[in-house]
Amino acid sequence: MESRLQYIFLNQNKTQNATSCARSAGWLMQILVLLFSLGSGAELALAATEAEDLELEPLVVREPEQRKVKVDAIDSEDFEIGINAGLMHFEDFGTDTSTSIRLAYHISEHFFVEGVYGRSKLGQTSFEQLSGGAPLLTDEERDVTFYNVSLGWNIFPGESFVAGRWAFKGGLYLIAGAGSTEFGGDDLFTINAGAGYRFVATDWMALHLDVRDHYFESDLLGTMEGKHNVEFSAGLTFFF
Amino acid sequence: MNNNRYIQWGLMVLMLIFSSSAAAWNPFEKYQPLVVVSDPYIELRTGPGKGYPIFYVAAQGDEVQILKSKTDWYKVRTPRDKEGWVHRNEMRHTLDLNGDPIDFGELGLGDFSKRRWEMGFNGGDFGGANSLSGYIGYALTPNITLQVEGTQILGEFSDGVMASANILMYPFPKWRLSPYFTIGTGIITTKPHTTIVAAEDREDEIAHAGVGANLYLNDRFMLRMEYKRHTVLTSRDDNEEIDQWKAGFSIFF
Repeated sequence: MESRLQYIFLNQNKTQNATSCARSAGWLMQILVLLFSLGSGAELALAATEAEDLELEPLVVREPEQRKVKVDAIDSEDFEIGINAGLMHFEDFGTDTSTSIRLAYHISEHFFVEGVYGRSKLGQTSFEQLSGGAPLLTDEERDVTFYNVSLGWNIFPGESFVAGRWAFKGGLYLIAGAGSTEFGGDDLFTINAGAGYRFVATDWMALHLDVRDHYFESDLLGTMEGKHNVEFSAGLTFFF
Repeated sequence: MNNNRYIQWGLMVLMLIFSSSAAAWNPFEKYQPLVVVSDPYIELRTGPGKGYPIFYVAAQGDEVQILKSKTDWYKVRTPRDKEGWVHRNEMRHTLDLNGDPIDFGELGLGDFSKRRWEMGFNGGDFGGANSLSGYIGYALTPNITLQVEGTQILGEFSDGVMASANILMYPFPKWRLSPYFTIGTGIITTKPHTTIVAAEDREDEIAHAGVGANLYLNDRFMLRMEYKRHTVLTSRDDNEEIDQWKAGFSIFF
């Protein structure tokens, strides 16, 4: 009796997709079948085998699309953002602390592009200190800001070993680029070049040690002359 | 009142339990697909680069999970819980769970000619002064790109900034060395150096036309060279003509 009902129900179900008017009838049947099949599990199993005989669609449809691997959806960590802090020496103007933020994009395992925005401060020239006269620059003019965009080359990638116990991933990089420095109130075209070491602490975090020469030409002290300004800094960066 | 609050708390706890048990609902879950090794083996390195040593191999038939990628490298986890980095060329020898090959497509010339967004940085000569510029471009079609550009001009006696909007036309977008024509307009602000006495800041409109070319290197990377002739629409009697040469690199997305 139950299986006959089931048969009718399944037939109804088959046509359900095609005709929406059969849906209400299907609902009624479904409730009836549910009540009946609650009585005996064996009958349900029988109904299931019968369903197979009737060549019905399986109840659970596996979707093959979900198993297809979408490479673009994999989390990529080609960007690196971080802050650096260190010391910057300005030719004739002494040494002061420098801070910078940097954003890098890793093009390949060998090359990356890095943009930096930083600030530091000019000290007093030895002439100002010795003469005790009027300062050459106002406080505002002593604020130095700089930006640059550089191309980095991971020249010696690999592991380095500390005390024979720990292996750190990282590597030495060479970097050079161009930018601008606001020096003594003027914006000056600046070339930077240097080298750094990147300790990759985890997949998503790295420590940097960086030495960079910022070269520009300035006539602030009377004659136009080239100035080398060396920056030593340490940085903490995150990959994302 | 109190009872209501208990019910609310209870519901929240229940929701938490359900949401954590049904991992598929979690929007923060990362996409980390399983793939099957079809080569005799793939090599796992300690880091994403050829400079890092190989410490493990995953054998044929192993189901490895891809965790993330960095440049051309994929971090995978093997069935024995070893995690290491595999190069894209080796990942090409894996299949999805249906046994179908996976497209670990490297970007190529086709992607270069069909690029949408690009950004770049370049430097050069602006009428005897140094110029540095950055731009962002959007391709309406492979032949036409709209671009906004910011330029800093650093001269011996003055410096300035220029903001401009350009339109670029590529007659041959499918070529690796793809030439273009450009026209645009903008604003240039000039500020004399502090060592120059009694000179004033100026702001002028500017119009320009130029030619250039992009050279596709690999992946998302291209070089750009450009020549532009600027006409500064000054408030004086004569307009000023300035030649600009520049070169730089760009990345497209």
